[in-house]
Formats: sequence, C-alpha cells, structure tokens
Amino acid sequence: MTDAYDIIVVGGGPAGSSAAMTAAQRGARVLLLEKDAEIGLPVRCAEGVSERSLKDLFESHPPWISNRITKLSFFAPDGTEVRLNAPRIGYILDRRAFDSNLAQRAVRAGAEVLTGACVRGMTPLTGNGWNVSVLRRNQPSQFTTRIVIGADGVESRVGRWAGLDTKTTLHDIETCLQYSMEGLDLDPACCQLHFGGHVAPGGYLWVFPKGPGMANVGVGISGEYSRRMKPIDYLNRFVDRAYAGASVLRTVGGSVPCSLPLKETVSDGLLLVGDAAHQADPMTGGGIMNAVRAGRMAGHVAAEAIMMGDTSKKQLMAYQEQCGELLGKKLRRSYRLKKAVYKLTDKELNDTAASVNSRAPDKRTLGRIFVTALTKNPKLLSDIIALFGS
Amino acid sequence: MIRVDENKCDFCGTCVAVCPVDAIEVLESEVIIDEDVCTSCSYCIFVCPWAALQEEA
Repeated sequence: MTDAYDIIVVGGGPAGSSAAMTAAQRGARVLLLEKDAEIGLPVRCAEGVSERSLKDLFESHPPWISNRITKLSFFAPDGTEVRLNAPRIGYILDRRAFDSNLAQRAVRAGAEVLTGACVRGMTPLTGNGWNVSVLRRNQPSQFTTRIVIGADGVESRVGRWAGLDTKTTLHDIETCLQYSMEGLDLDPACCQLHFGGHVAPGGYLWVFPKGPGMANVGVGISGEYSRRMKPIDYLNRFVDRAYAGASVLRTVGGSVPCSLPLKETVSDGLLLVGDAAHQADPMTGGGIMNAVRAGRMAGHVAAEAIMMGDTSKKQLMAYQEQCGELLGKKLRRSYRLKKAVYKLTDKELNDTAASVNSRAPDKRTLGRIFVTALTKNPKLLSDIIALFGS
Repeated sequence: MIRVDENKCDFCGTCVAVCPVDAIEVLESEVIIDEDVCTSCSYCIFVCPWAALQEEA
C-alpha cells in the first residue's frame, strides 16, 4: 500500500463507497477510509428506500433486500389509522449487506479500503492536495492525496477542516433511537408512520417491517424538542403500549440532518457527499439513495478533475451544479413540506385523519392525504403536487 | 465542563453535528471534548439520543 493517492474518501457508507467505486472505475487511485471495524456496522438506519430510486440506480433483484412494502399506515395523535395501498412504494434493505456490497464493488473497481481507520485531521499541501492524518489501532499514519471526498456522515468534520459550514441547527437535526424488534404482531407488508406532539415532536415514529414478526421500530424528534424528553422516552412509551412482550434485539442511536442541502459542498480539492452534505430528504429523513446518486456524481467529477490535472474548486463545482439539478429542487420542496407538516397541531392532524378516512380506501393517495392536511396552507399545494408527481 | 458517560454513549456523532465550535471528536469508541474550545452551549446535551452527556461543575 502506498501512502499517496489521487482521491481519499472518508467514510464507508453508501455515499463514500459509491464515490470510491465511480472514481476507481474512471482510473483514479482511490483509498477509502472507514472509522468502524466493519463496513456496514453499526446500522444507524431505518433501511427504507423507494422502489423508484432503487430501480433507477441498481440492477433488478439485488441481494440486499430484506422486505417488500406495499402498504402505508399513518397514525394521527389520537390513534386514528389512515391506511393506504401503495403497491410500488418501496423496500426495506439489509443495510449491513448493502453497505458491504457497495464497498466490495468499490474494491472490484480498483479502490483500496481500510477499516478501523479514523481520520483525525487534514492539512493543505503546498500547491494543491491534502495531508490526511489517520489513527488506526492506536498507530498514527499520514496519507497524501489530491482530492478528499468527505462522506463522513452527519458528524462530518472533513468539510469544517476545509472551511465549509457543515453544522446542523438544533431545529433541523432529527435525533433518533431505534430498536430492532422480534416477536411483533404486525402486517409485514405495511410501514407505519406515527405523528403527534406526544408521539414524536417535530418528527415521526416508524415501524418498518423487515419480515414476518420483525421490524425496525424507531423515533426521530427535532433537536428543538429534545431537552427534557429524549427519543428513548418516546420510543419506550410507544413500545410498551403497542408491542408489550416483544423483544428488542439491538438498539442504535443516531441522527439525520433534515435541513436544506448545504449551499457549499465543494472547495479546493474537496467534495462533500451524503449526510455530510445534508442530502437526506428533510421530510422523511431518507438519505440512502440520494447518497448513492451524489456519491456517483462526486466520484465522476473527482476522477475527471484528476485526469484534467485541475482539482480547484472551480473545476469541482460541476459536482455541486449536478447535485443542484438532480437533488436541490426536490430537497428544497421537501423542506418546505416538512415545515408545514410539523406546524400542524395535534387537533389538525386528528381532523385530517378523520377527513381522509371518510374517502373510500381506493380513493386515497399519498398526495391526497397531504393535500387534505394542508388545505389551510394553500401556498404549499403546488409543492405537494409536484413532490408526488416527480 | 461537559462530561460523556461512555457506558451510555454509542458513538453516533449527533453531538458533533450540532456543535457550533467544532469542539467534539468521536472516535470508534471514545469521545474527546476540547475544553479550551467548548463554550458550554449545551446543544450536544440536548440532542444526545442516549442522554450520555452532562454538564459538570
């Protein structure tokens, strides 16, 4: 292993591995550094993806799908359930297998992967490029690279080291806790989403089935509301009521930056991807497929910059522009939607659920539910129609 | 001064994401808070999913 690379990718999640694969395919010498001892663990994720984005990005019947979802159930604060048939809505992944598979693809494309490698800092080299400081098994080491791709997640520091503002506000961070549960009495084809100020203030509680009797059961609340009551308090209250007697096999904590996408995602010799660039959908918190999309774009642009011998911010701006075109409009629309939905009072949510249920089940669509929810906010109607029509 | 209970912490990095002054570093199984940089704003305490951080006199 040499210590000089064209591109160093920091973080081995979907964004990082996708970037590493794409850049290596285009001939760049790529090193991917993963902090944890194993790619794919711990799984800090509810694991849901839409069928549309999966089909856009991957071959059919990939090996890392746990479960197919064909129904959604929304629960209002008073417990009113709104059921929706959504035969093509999406899948629950096996993120450990998924992440591992993406890293494998990166290696097969020619990238090197180093696990248990914690990046402690980076300093610009004279001319261009970076010196990257790594701690691995308590041994410090240094690598040099022309470009760094920061795929270091919600806690991204790579961007900060390059002078970009990556921090998330209290209002826009969703702090989450999730149980992997077994022995549940539930419909394995139906994802549940529970809303309300006493259920998940500024967020929602989810039950995403991974198969018969098993599900990811988690809650995300806005950091604005997490001073006294923590995610664990909301989650335990729900689980004690809905699934008493079922078992919790694993617990993970984590968070999602549910903000507008970062304004600046590139700098000289630097690109940010995935959660590090705030590319998760702010309404749903779903970020897996956007991370893959952005990772591939970043890998492409970075490899091209290496070939051109120009790794300046100006050259790398192509990535920021492509992200803006592909993701920016959708993320901004979703952010407006989030703000509107989380402004609704519990009473408004209850009334909305009752009103939607007065329609025949075959007349209910996701779009219509939101339209009903937001008739008090007519300015948003066009956003919602566009969101579900895209 | 903010202290981390590493028995509760699962190293998810949420505290790092909201720190306005970049005073926190989360390694694979260790959290380092730079006391010279920390302003005791308590944002990290608010958002920790585990309630693993506490202000100490």
